[in-house]
Amino acid sequence: MSEKELRVSKIRNGTVIDHVTAGQALNVLAILGIDGSGGESVSVGMNVPSDKLGLKDVVKVEGRELSQSEVDVLSLIAPEATINIIRDYEVIEKNRVERTESVTGILVCPNHNCITNGDEPVQTEFDVLEDGVRCAYCGTIVREGDVAEHIDARGSGETAL
Amino acid sequence: MLQDHLISAAHLSRDDIEAVLDHAAAIDADPEFVRGRHDGRVLALCFFEPSTRTKMSFETAMKRLGGETIDMGSVESSSVKKGESLADTVRVIEGYADALVLRHPSEGSAKLASEFVEVPLVNAGDGAGQHPSQTLLDLYTIRENAGLDDITVGIMGDLKYGRTVHSLAHALTNFDVRQHFVSPESLRLPRNVRYDLHEAGAQVREHTDLTEVLPELDVLYVTRIQRERFPEEREYREVAGEYRIDNEVLADARDDLTVMHPLPRVDEIAPEVDETARAKYFDQAHNGVPVRMALLDSLLGGDR
Repeated sequence: MSEKELRVSKIRNGTVIDHVTAGQALNVLAILGIDGSGGESVSVGMNVPSDKLGLKDVVKVEGRELSQSEVDVLSLIAPEATINIIRDYEVIEKNRVERTESVTGILVCPNHNCITNGDEPVQTEFDVLEDGVRCAYCGTIVREGDVAEHIDARGSGETAL
Repeated sequence: MLQDHLISAAHLSRDDIEAVLDHAAAIDADPEFVRGRHDGRVLALCFFEPSTRTKMSFETAMKRLGGETIDMGSVESSSVKKGESLADTVRVIEGYADALVLRHPSEGSAKLASEFVEVPLVNAGDGAGQHPSQTLLDLYTIRENAGLDDITVGIMGDLKYGRTVHSLAHALTNFDVRQHFVSPESLRLPRNVRYDLHEAGAQVREHTDLTEVLPELDVLYVTRIQRERFPEEREYREVAGEYRIDNEVLADARDDLTVMHPLPRVDEIAPEVDETARAKYFDQAHNGVPVRMALLDSLLGGDR
């Protein structure tokens, strides 16, 4: 382990989300619905030097193993991310994020006139495009670089393959 | 065969379109053969926005098929005014009717409503989104006058908010059509429609000046530039004046140009054009009835 990686402490049990696009760590927490109120112990490294990405963010969540569907959603803002499941300080599983076909309940449609912004009993749904997402209701397209701006921190987050 | 609902023109295949247009042509030629076919069936007209042509043509279409219509009336006089959700409204009305026609000011409203009902639902305009039944009558009119393959269509006016434009542009990708879009910069096609046209491999060009393309056109589809889209009346007048057609503007057009408009128009087509053979917009409006008869007949299972 290099000195650079030691800037974020090791965890005993939980998940390390590595190779997150620099600047996206807080959005990763928003996607996971982590705002501190749930009691999780979270370590965040931002703009950490990376051979692969130049700069990267790292998120370590103690005591929680992410589901595959949660992991898949991360692909929207951190396509290069790797997910390391940690038990007793050891990496027991290492996965890449995968692009999903759609994302439900995570993003808010930026079109104020979209019916999903009304008081209706539906979750938002976005189809994943090559370089962004598209509202399944009104068709509005959000480019990949703008996706993080539309994360609904209250969303529960489900994905469908 | 059409699916259970008609939500977006993007869902219409060439076969779907041709089936409805052929059926409409057969009805147009002999309305008697479908008379009474849907006796006792009820169509609910759920118009959350004012509408004259669309609403009355659906009402006429259903009555000519032998059915009846019910109407939720104005939003002011309905339970919507009390804060009822669209999902609840359509679930309740579904209990009264065999099919629903929905006009609503929010984009995506028809898709949402369709998720809460089992009976067929037709999107009759969802905000600046889609208006697919209008597109079917537009295509019927284009087919009658110019055919639907190897033609050049110009679509002019408010392309950003014009739902009839969005639906028509999608539907035309099923045919061998060169599409030219003419508008002020501020009212260009929205990103999602341009994306779909690109994905469909459509032959598309965008212009701010009609004269660049007018002589090539077989069809010119004009839409209204809406005053409320501009912060100042002066800006509106400057723009609207440039996208107004009259016989002088059309002097460079082909003699057999078909001029269309979804109506209502304000002053974007001079009345003098009405008297020419090019003007097809009133025929286009009349085509709403046989096309919507064919559509309802298909959705209600009469043509199966």
